[in-house]
Amino acid sequence: MRREDLAGRAFSMWRYAEFLPLPEGYVAASAVGGTPLVAGRKLAEQWGVKNLFLKNDAVCFPSLSFKDRVVATALVAARRFGFQTVGCSSTGNLANAVAAQAAQQGLDACVFIPADLEPAKVLNTAVYGARIVRIHGNYDQVNRLCAQIADRFQWGLVNVNLRPYYSEGSKTHGFEIAEQLGWRLPDNVVVPMAGGSLIGKIAKAFRELVVLGWVQERPVRFFGAQATGCSPISSAVKRGLARFEPQKPNTIARSLAIGNPADGNYASKLILESGGWAEDVSDPEIVAAIKLLAETEGIFTETAGGVTAGVTQKLIREGRIHPDETTVVCITGNGLKTTDAIAADFPAAAAIAPRLDAFEAYLEAQLPATAAAGA
Amino acid sequence: MPVTIEIPTAFRRFTDGAPKVDCSASTVAEALSVLTSRFPDLSKHVRDESGQIRQFLNVYLNEEDIRFLGGEACCVKEGDRVLLVPSIAGGAI
Repeated sequence: MRREDLAGRAFSMWRYAEFLPLPEGYVAASAVGGTPLVAGRKLAEQWGVKNLFLKNDAVCFPSLSFKDRVVATALVAARRFGFQTVGCSSTGNLANAVAAQAAQQGLDACVFIPADLEPAKVLNTAVYGARIVRIHGNYDQVNRLCAQIADRFQWGLVNVNLRPYYSEGSKTHGFEIAEQLGWRLPDNVVVPMAGGSLIGKIAKAFRELVVLGWVQERPVRFFGAQATGCSPISSAVKRGLARFEPQKPNTIARSLAIGNPADGNYASKLILESGGWAEDVSDPEIVAAIKLLAETEGIFTETAGGVTAGVTQKLIREGRIHPDETTVVCITGNGLKTTDAIAADFPAAAAIAPRLDAFEAYLEAQLPATAAAGA
Repeated sequence: MPVTIEIPTAFRRFTDGAPKVDCSASTVAEALSVLTSRFPDLSKHVRDESGQIRQFLNVYLNEEDIRFLGGEACCVKEGDRVLLVPSIAGGAI
């Protein structure tokens, strides 16, 4: 297979079908992936770097997070195995993706979530008609329960008994990055880490492209991003631990709140072997980074994206990411799902009467300089 | 103390199909030792070459991961359940 063979294919994750665990001649149920790689010029200027790109899975189809990719490959496997009921343990985004794609494909969905998840993420699952089982406990407890459920019931839980198929879907995030850079690998990739799987699958995607000769081999440094309130992997990297120590999550970045990350040790090993690093940011830093990304690049990301952007800023400040290098920041979810995290920063303004004089008075009170300039 | 160890499906071929194993122990470590001496083929799936619990095997005492209880030396009391739950990870080339 050659790069040229992709030419006539639509820009979605399915253009890389030969790299995915799909049956011969598989016809995709719907378009998934194919998200923009945005040149973050204003952000780059603000951070004092030259080549900064944002891989924007906040607009991934159909449910606005990168989890659409993993669910797409997992559900192909679910149907091949004959599962009628599919599900997952989820911090929100995965449940959204399972519910949406299961609905479209006529599968029954049953998802398991921590009881205190953000209301928008719960609603974004419920609307597709999925059964939602709320669990008193954190994600790690939900995940343990799902391992037991997969043992007992003949259900396809995408991130448990379908995980090998699920995780391959993540590679398409990496394939797209390389193709959108003009079939070139970046110097640095900054990836959010929850269970720690995505970072390894981006690395795997890059390796596969190198093996095929589609991109030139070059060292890529992998950087992992976590919230300080749930940072088992970044702590392991910083302290040089071979095995991470589990944590009890306490952060607004709920989608990254996995204290016992299944792929945590793989992730930290990959990061260190690549010459990269891992960092974490506090909740106020996450909120600041969400706002910065919106104000500079017009991208509204969820808390996980705030983590990744905030960590990138920190890595640049620490000199771990160099100004002249090409850096890709992976934005994996949409801000409309976690508005609670920033709502307090944006109180509603007082309303005014629908009259020009009222607006002039408003301008005078709010922005005297602007009013004067406009008059 | 009499405790019950819950065995995941993947391990049951080493426990003659038993989903639960009752034993007497005073710590989680002791319970695991009783289990693996009764079912020696299970040993290498519970502990690695250095004798540590395998990194992809999560061990819980009732509802809690034993790593939050000070590790496998934590004490058990009558009627406690020890859960073995493999974590599912990986997939590198």
